[in-house]
Order: sequence, then structure tokens, then C-alpha cells
Amino acid sequence: MTPFRKHTGLVVPLDRVNVDTDQIIPKQFLKLLTREGYGKFLFYDWRYLDGEKPNPDFILNQPRYKGASILLARANFGCGSSREHAPWAVLDYGFRSIIAPSYADIFYNNCFKNGILPVTLPEEQVDELFRRVAEKEGYTLTVDLDSQTVTDASGLRFTFEIDSFRKECLLNGWDDIGLTLRFEDRIADYERRYPSQARQYGPLESR
Amino acid sequence: MQPLSMYDKIWASHVVAEEPGRPALIYIDRHLIHEITSPQAFAGLRSAGRKVRRADLTFAVMDHSVPTKNRNLPLLDQVAAAQFEALERNCREAGILLFNMHDPNQGIVHIIGPDLGITQPGLTIVCGDSHTSTHGAFGALAFGIGTAEVEHVLATQCLWQFRSKTMLILLNGRRRRGVTAKDLILATIGKIGVGGATGHVIEYAGEAIRDLSMEGRMTVCNMSIEAGGRAGMVAPDDTTFAYLEGRPFVPRGKEFQEAVERWKTVASDPGAHFDGVVEIDATQIAPQVTWGTNPGMVADVTGAVPDPATFTDPDMRHSAERALHYMGLEPGTRIQDISIDRVFIGSCTNARLEDLRLAASVLDGRKVAKTVKQALVVPGSERIKAQAEAEGLDRIFKAAGFEWRDAGCSMCIGMNDDVLPSGERCASTSNRNFEGRQGKGGRTHLVSPLMAAAAAIEGHFVDIRQWNVDHAE
Ligand code: SF4
Repeated sequence: MTPFRKHTGLVVPLDRVNVDTDQIIPKQFLKLLTREGYGKFLFYDWRYLDGEKPNPDFILNQPRYKGASILLARANFGCGSSREHAPWAVLDYGFRSIIAPSYADIFYNNCFKNGILPVTLPEEQVDELFRRVAEKEGYTLTVDLDSQTVTDASGLRFTFEIDSFRKECLLNGWDDIGLTLRFEDRIADYERRYPSQARQYGPLESR
Repeated sequence: MQPLSMYDKIWASHVVAEEPGRPALIYIDRHLIHEITSPQAFAGLRSAGRKVRRADLTFAVMDHSVPTKNRNLPLLDQVAAAQFEALERNCREAGILLFNMHDPNQGIVHIIGPDLGITQPGLTIVCGDSHTSTHGAFGALAFGIGTAEVEHVLATQCLWQFRSKTMLILLNGRRRRGVTAKDLILATIGKIGVGGATGHVIEYAGEAIRDLSMEGRMTVCNMSIEAGGRAGMVAPDDTTFAYLEGRPFVPRGKEFQEAVERWKTVASDPGAHFDGVVEIDATQIAPQVTWGTNPGMVADVTGAVPDPATFTDPDMRHSAERALHYMGLEPGTRIQDISIDRVFIGSCTNARLEDLRLAASVLDGRKVAKTVKQALVVPGSERIKAQAEAEGLDRIFKAAGFEWRDAGCSMCIGMNDDVLPSGERCASTSNRNFEGRQGKGGRTHLVSPLMAAAAAIEGHFVDIRQWNVDHAE
């Protein structure tokens, strides 16, 4: 996983609450076998008109937000399904960080597994960022995980909370599984003490 | 001793390692996988040279993109076919039991787990699928995970987890005739909102929950995620034990009795602490119909589409405006004046035998309205399909004008050929009415199987309580 330390980038505002994973990446793109290549399908139904023509009304298609790498969003972002295709698409499009007042649990968790930093800020501060990004073309923010701050060029500085373990993993780009395998003795010990088994006692239907 | 909640107990008995200020490493008893969220996990294992640790605790099924008619024809969707092949190969190599699309035990992952008795009280159960919350109906801790976590469980049979907060939702009193488990949960989500339980594991209790069959409890727990809940649970009781007895993966005889004694200790102790408590009067709940683009946008069948202008929160107002635009509805339209184009009875929310019986009780001797273009019933599993056929339910459905299909997710998500066309309106027993969920531009109204069947007959929503049908449950 790519570590996340500090990132400065253009901000794009997505002013909708409860953006669900069916919007982030519609189901027709879940049939691939890879983790890459989902960026062009991000927000597909909003982003494209029939025949894959870009929808000029959709915010990501506006020229001033071309190349944005920080997604400013509203409450309960990423609700719905557990599909990790959603953060894969977010990352593949070029986003390194999301800023929102709240996230759905599974999506939030999935971001960390993919080197995306989901920043949680209070509603009023998110409102302020929406105001600033609307006012100033080319508005950029710097998200610094180490100091847990979001700053802009004109002196704005917000701090955010983040769990220390998640922070450590993201700063170092740690591979979860590698970490867990260091606990092999404990896992084996648990399995000896509490043997979980899924035995079959009765017949299954047969062909 | 301090009284513990069901969640506390299951958590405590599954901690493998724990250090202060860190998530805990918890053991996973059952891992369910399907074709959509597993291929990248197996690929990850392979590229890191890792093995599946406990193939014996892993179960696989093909459900999301399987065709629901004529499975003997060659698959036209080559991309889906590649995913099926990947699952076959991955399971064969790892020694994982797979129910492929031709298997008589095949079905929707959250339906076959309980149906085969793989799901049991007190277990931790995960699946790369958010509706894993369904299995909590048995007093298991069951939740959805992403693909990176699927890979993690395959490799280690464990997961790093933060402790969730807990929420007790009490549904007091008896529900009225014609009101089903689906209406209870839709009304609950309408009340607490789609983010109302974020960060929480929900325990449902109260008379209206106790009264439910296992099927009904699964319907309720299934939609916990639609309120943002991490999981939903119901304490195991005699209803649970009676349901489980005799299923293929459930112990028999003396071993069963011992298991029941163990399972009885899983329920929350009296006086256990919950971080939040919500009380709802179930006697006041009417049949529900969603009017918007998330499950919290819901109204009584006797009600009307709300006017967004009356919403005080500006974000809610905007999203209601957007929703009505997408749904092609005017504020103030009576729910019962909304006419429908298609009906879908299926999904992991409402495709169990009881759901099919309920719908059939309404359809018996009646015909689907001429204005309805398609009425589809997709049983949750091939076993359920066979049982329904043994009871003659298929004949009732077909005589009424429904298509009787093979098991799968079907039009709940529209990943196979069963897609809701743009601009059309569907009465659906599934769980998500998100934009484009059943098909791009499709308009979904979530309802119970009783309400879906009645809507099929009339071509618009009707208050099932006015009908003289036997809703024996
Ligand atoms: S039936 Fe629908 S909600 Fe349930 S697992 Fe399938 S796609 Fe998901």
C-alpha cells in the first residue's frame, strides 16, 4: 500500500449528502478481476450522458476542477454496499484524500486499506471549505496526516481526529496481513483453545 | 458481575490479541464469499505467496450475476463468466466448498448461510457484502467487509476490529395485521435515518421482534446496514433453535441439546449497557412504501409524497428535491395513486419461503394488472424454490402472471439480465432504492412481499390491510 503522509492538491466539491457506493461505482463495473482501472467509471451515472459523453453539469467535468486530488463531500459519504471497488475507483481517478463530516463505516475502513485518507471535520468547517472552494478558482488544500491538519494558502488551519493505529498504518503503508502473521502463535493458540468447526451433520441436496 | 450485552459477550469470546489503544484481533468463525468481492483477494494471496488458512470455515456461492433463467445456455456475459471461472478455480485450489450456479444448494449468500445451518448463534460471521448483517438474526455477530479484509480473513482467519458502539432498538407491542417485518424495519429506518446507527451494532428487541419468525428477524437484521449499522442482532430463543434443528450443518441429537444450552447464554444480560436506546411503538406502524432514493425516504401507505419545502435541514431538503426529480414524483401525490410498471419479489431481504407464501396468499386466484409489464419472483435459494414448488406456490405465481425464476440476486442489483429499464417504476421487496440500483434511471419503491403482490394485482400501491386475505404467518 502507498503510504500517506502529506498531500497538497486541487479540491473538488461534491455537494450531496448520503452519496452511496452505487453512485460511486455502479454495479456494471464490478465484474472485473483486477483492482486497477476503475477511475474512468467513478460516479459513472452522474458523470456521463448517454454514449459516455461527459455531462457538462457534473462537477467533476468542469474544467476548473480538472486534476483535482482532494474530494470535498457531505455527510454519510460512501453508504451502501461494501464494494471495495468504490475506494479503488476514488484512488484510480486520482484522489488521495476525502474530506467530509461523516462516512459510512465500511467505506471509511476500506479507504485506509488503499492509502486514501478520509478526513472527518465538523459540519461548520466543511461548510467553510465549500464556501472557499466555490469562491476561488484553483483552490487547493494541504492535508497533513502527521500533524493532523488541513490548511490552505490563506492561513486556514483545521485539525482533525484520527485513530492512532490507523494513522500509523497509513503513514507507513503497512500491509495488514504481514502485521497479523506476526501474531501467528496467538492465532494458533486461540484455535487450540476454541476449536471452531463447520462440520456437516446432515446431507446436502445433491445433483 | 457486570451485565453484558450480546455484542460484548461475542466480542469477548473472540479476541485473539489485544493491546490498549489499538483495534483487537478477533477470530472469524465463518467466512462467506461470492464471485464479486473475492477475485482480487485471491489474486492478492497468490501474489504474496500466501495460503487460505481455514478452507473448512469458508463457504462460497455464485449469486450476484447468475442468470435466473435457463442456466444451461452458454453465458453471454463474458466478463461475468470470467468471474465465475475465477471463483471455481480459487475454491478448487484452496479446497473451499462452493455452491456453483448448477448446485441444488445454490442461492443468495445471506439466504443459504442460515438455510443450511452454517449460520449459528454466538459465531462471528463475515462476508464481502454489506448485507451480512442478516445473519445477526440468529444472535451471531455478522458484518460486511471489503475485499482487502476478505484477503485478510482468507490468510489469517482473523480481522483487526475496533469495538463498535451498541444501540438497542425496542419495537414494543404487537404489529397489526398486514404489517410485516419489512414494514417494521422500513419504519425504523424512516425514524432514525440512513446514518442513524453509523458506528453502532444494533440489537433489536421487544414484543414485535420476539413475535417474528426467523425469516422476519432476518428481514429486519438484513436492513440494519441501511440505517448505517455495523451489524444487527436478535437474541436467540426457542424460535431460533427450532429453525436450526435438522439443518445440514447443525449438530444432531445430544450434541444439538448441548449446543442449545450454549446458545442460550448468548443473549444480553438484563440491565446490560447500550450506548443508545430507541423505542418504537410497533402497534402504530402501517405498511410502508419508499418514495425517494434511500430507504429512509419512506411513508405510510396511507400517506403522501412529502413536500421538500417542509424539510428544515437544507441538506435533507436538497436531497429530497433531487430524489423527487429522479423518481418523477410530485409533492403531495398520494402513495396509493402511484402506479407501477414492474414488480420484483426477491433478494436477501424477502425471498425466503415465508415471503413467497405471503405473496402467494395475496395472489391466489387473482391476476397481475394489464398495465404491469413484468412481475418477477426470484426465490432466495434453489432449496427454497424446490420447497415452494412442493407446496404448489409456483403454480399460484404463474397463474397470476408472474415469472418463476431460479435463485440469485437478480433485479435487486441488476447485474444479470434482470434490469429495471430507465424511467420505469418498480415495486420491489429488496433493500436499496438508490439511484440506478436496479438499472440506470430505474425507479424503485421498497415494500413488503404482501404489498408488492397487492401492487401487482392493482397496478398501483394499495393498503393491504383493506384486503380480505389471510396473512397467516
Ligand atoms: S440480494 Fe441484493 S442486497 Fe442481497 S446480496 Fe444480492 S445484491 Fe446484495
